[in-house]
Amino acid sequence: MKYVLKKIGTLILTLLAVSALVFFAFSLIPSNPAIARLGTEATPEKIAKLMHDMGLDRPVLERFGSWILGILHGDFGTSYSYNQPVTTLLSEKIGVTLLMSVMAILITCLLSFPLGIYVARKSDSKLDVLFTTINQIVMSIPSFFSGILITLLFGLILKVFTPGGYVSYKKDFLGCIGYLIFPAFAIALPKISMVVKLLRDTALKEADKDYVRTAYSRGNRTKAVFYKHVLKNAIIPVITFLGMTFADIIAGSIIVEQVFRVPGLGRILLTSISGRDYPVVEAIILLLATAVVVSNLVVDLLYKKFDPRIHV
Amino acid sequence: MKAFKKLWRLIFLSATLTVALCACGGDKAGDASAHITIGIPQDLEETLDPHEAMAAGTREILFNIYEGLVKPNSNGELIPAVADEFSVSDDGLTYTFHLRKGVKFHNGSDVTAEDVLYSIGRNADPSSETAYASAFSNVKEYKADGENIVITLNQKDNDFLQSMTIGIIPKDVTDIATNPVGTGPYMYVSRSPQENVILKRFKDYWGEKAYIEDVTLKICSNADSIVMDLLGGSVDFFARITSAQAAQLKDADFNIEEGTMNLVQAMYLNNAVEPFTNEKVRQALCYAVDPKEIINLAFDGKGTELGSSMFPAFGKYFVKEINDVYDVDLEKAKELLKEAGYPDGFSFTIKVPSNYQPHIDTAQVIAEQLKKIGVTAEIKLVEWESWLSDVYIGRDYEATVVGVDASQMTARAMLERFTSDSSKNFVNFKSDAYDAAFNNAISTTDDAKATEYYKECEWILAREAANVYIQDLAEMVAINKKYTGYEFYPIYVLDIAKIKPVK
Amino acid sequence: MDKTKTRNVKFILGLTLTGIILVMMIAGIVHTPYDPMAMDLSAKLEGVSFKHIMGCDNFGRDIFSRVLVGVRETMFVAAAVVFIGTFVGIIIGTVTGYFGGWVDEILMRFNDAVLAFPSVLLALLVIGIMGGGTKALIIALGIAFVPSFARIIRGEVLRIRNLDYIQCVRLYGASHLRIIVVHILPNLRTVLLSSVLIGFNNAVLAEAGMSYLGMGAQPPYPSLGLMLSEAQGVIYSNPWNAVFPGLVIVIMILGFSLLSDSLEKKT
Repeated sequence: MKYVLKKIGTLILTLLAVSALVFFAFSLIPSNPAIARLGTEATPEKIAKLMHDMGLDRPVLERFGSWILGILHGDFGTSYSYNQPVTTLLSEKIGVTLLMSVMAILITCLLSFPLGIYVARKSDSKLDVLFTTINQIVMSIPSFFSGILITLLFGLILKVFTPGGYVSYKKDFLGCIGYLIFPAFAIALPKISMVVKLLRDTALKEADKDYVRTAYSRGNRTKAVFYKHVLKNAIIPVITFLGMTFADIIAGSIIVEQVFRVPGLGRILLTSISGRDYPVVEAIILLLATAVVVSNLVVDLLYKKFDPRIHV
Repeated sequence: MKAFKKLWRLIFLSATLTVALCACGGDKAGDASAHITIGIPQDLEETLDPHEAMAAGTREILFNIYEGLVKPNSNGELIPAVADEFSVSDDGLTYTFHLRKGVKFHNGSDVTAEDVLYSIGRNADPSSETAYASAFSNVKEYKADGENIVITLNQKDNDFLQSMTIGIIPKDVTDIATNPVGTGPYMYVSRSPQENVILKRFKDYWGEKAYIEDVTLKICSNADSIVMDLLGGSVDFFARITSAQAAQLKDADFNIEEGTMNLVQAMYLNNAVEPFTNEKVRQALCYAVDPKEIINLAFDGKGTELGSSMFPAFGKYFVKEINDVYDVDLEKAKELLKEAGYPDGFSFTIKVPSNYQPHIDTAQVIAEQLKKIGVTAEIKLVEWESWLSDVYIGRDYEATVVGVDASQMTARAMLERFTSDSSKNFVNFKSDAYDAAFNNAISTTDDAKATEYYKECEWILAREAANVYIQDLAEMVAINKKYTGYEFYPIYVLDIAKIKPVK
Repeated sequence: MDKTKTRNVKFILGLTLTGIILVMMIAGIVHTPYDPMAMDLSAKLEGVSFKHIMGCDNFGRDIFSRVLVGVRETMFVAAAVVFIGTFVGIIIGTVTGYFGGWVDEILMRFNDAVLAFPSVLLALLVIGIMGGGTKALIIALGIAFVPSFARIIRGEVLRIRNLDYIQCVRLYGASHLRIIVVHILPNLRTVLLSSVLIGFNNAVLAEAGMSYLGMGAQPPYPSLGLMLSEAQGVIYSNPWNAVFPGLVIVIMILGFSLLSDSLEKKT
């Protein structure tokens, strides 16, 4: 329990540091959002008034404080370029990105475990070279490239799905899943081969250990030993890996969203960054960072559960 | 052991489920009269207020939502809309509009004379800061007389009727910017930033009703993926594709219709930054850039070369000869650069909005052409939103390649932009001769004389090389074979109400 | 036995692929068959032929020449990024790991905060502040790569510092600077080698991704990611325009990862 509390404490500290970093980074930029909005119509009085309306005339620390307070109340401020509360603006888009990322993780798990176990068990056969070669190649394909190939093959040639035909999950949940499965697969592909490799390598390492040899020598059946001892020990690094991958998957989704024209956080992040819509950018970054930090925490806790010897 | 068998089964199941799901996803053609998805290259502006929105991309959509007392048809003529007839007094100073009966706003209320006066007042009020304020500065008085609206001008203005195309909005809707209410054939439903804008047919429209019930305007801001969206079938209609993109659609279910875009594509130069403050430098660029080669390389030879800020659809105002002011002459260009003090050339940055493929392609060819006179042009792609705020409004740029049109079909709207103190003068062009000619044009009441002055303006723009003029782009429209009826307008308009399903 | 064999195969394969990439890079610097920027109307969207072994793009530019220059661009950015990452990483990692205390506490807290961002996201942010282009991309990715290097090096420094012999040296009165320079830094090379190789790989991937988003080299300059993005517009008629630049990215990453794999296990 103490361990968990300590972990949560660090998590909060880290998030505070993230928000401070993001907020002050944007305060350093010389460009004034009020002037950017007024453009040629800008007069000193108008700028002053708009800055006052936007709350930009207050000291930085005070703004930071009220920003943090607002977030605690679920208020991320108002978008400069859309004049809407950031929460309304982002609510649906978060869902899209999250759904896609979770699907990518699911696909990774569903495909990589059986594949990895199969490859691990064949690791002493002739097929091993073939498997590891294929695996290594798949690992090297960036998801935006595989995304383009998937669009070409499944979208344009086989016509299994409509490129760009994303439908909102609020309107048609199954249709949305049916579309998102392709980008999610493109994101998952390199991750699958990484897990397969990890499973194979750890399984090989474990199989060399004394206790496994003892188990074999006691006359236990090969398969049983494999599942009971080897796999059990291989699962810990895999879980660690999956947890760390979550950050990667979210970052990857920003790019893959562009390939498949999925209107998630990626699109709005890109336009908000270039449109200097800082409240939106700050909110997205903070959200993504939270997702990453929380997933790391979950991994830490799982880790402890699987292997109580670990004391960090 | 068993557990793993189960796992395999689960995987198999989910795999088949995936395929089944996809099969559903792919087959959603649906009824063509019920719905159409139209791709647009950028999100609409923050404001959907018809008197505030300034981007052409926003106005072409708002055309479907708002109507003025009169509105343009596809021949460029003004036809009665919210007014059913109008007359002009002999001295050209008094305009009388008679309100059409039974015109309803999208919110269900009838259009009254107060609404019209309110709409005019928003622009004609001396303190007004709307996009049309300068066009209305000539209005002396406007009042209602029963069902007539009577507008009196200070002095005769041949273009004034064009100003009456401004949208009529209800006076009791205060949030028109986010909740547009007009009288047009389509009504606004919702928008999702960077994703889409949804319109619905207005069933109480006074005139010929639109054919298609639901319209989704899908924002396709990645120019590289438009072809994929069209081929895949997620977009049914996209205006302004390039000939290369059109070639990709040849064998697919699309008709490609050709017209002209009716805008002035040019490399617009910020006349207020070095070295473009020097007229000779600007002229050198004009001598070095070959519009013909651009049109051949990037547009399959389709497009009309231009020499000034005016395009053929303007009829009498367009002067074809201006195009001959600069014929490609690299020696002359180098000579001019030397005279200007840049014998070894210079380098500058062209900012191009990343969502417009035609402009990106043009900029790439220009950069290649300028190399020949030792000038290095770096291209920088920017998002449309930052183009608007940095380049157009902020004027923080050296050069940009875009197309510029006029909000109304008047020479004044087209050329006023380049007067020294115009708020729309994003190229910072300053020429006393130009200002004088323009003032002469707007102050004379003689139409023939005004035309001459406007032509003089065009010549000045060319001779002083305000910008490197290129072309009026050929407009290629990709329209799914399920639909027909698209009409080209001489102004930047996308008339959705005319699109109908093929029976 | 077997494992050494596969390891050797990996090493040779990795070396070959990396060799191919290096040759392409040198060609990109020294000589390309065509001017990668020269437009040729007659060769517009020409397919694969002996004249243009990877075909031509929308402007009739030779894709092979553009790929060569693209490889150069990617390698240059990746190398610069890894250099910034290691250089700053070593400084921060050594200072925090060696001296510890509140400096360590604060710097590492911020380091963790930065690590909580995926590197692409962080790079996007920096570019958003600085604007796109190659220079901005290098700085952005460089900053994004510092924290992971710093963390690895800090751990290693922490380990070495507590070794007995360092404690001995300190008892003899050696200065901190001397201990760091003479005794600690040289011992970092094993860790550095593998993390530099992995970092290089990630940098290649990040550069390709960012330039795909249009945040790297600007047209008409070729970069592999940008070429992929442009090829999407003609994907149906000229799929090779996308496949070749994509394949080169795959070969790059595959080569480096095979190399780093085999080296890591040998040491």
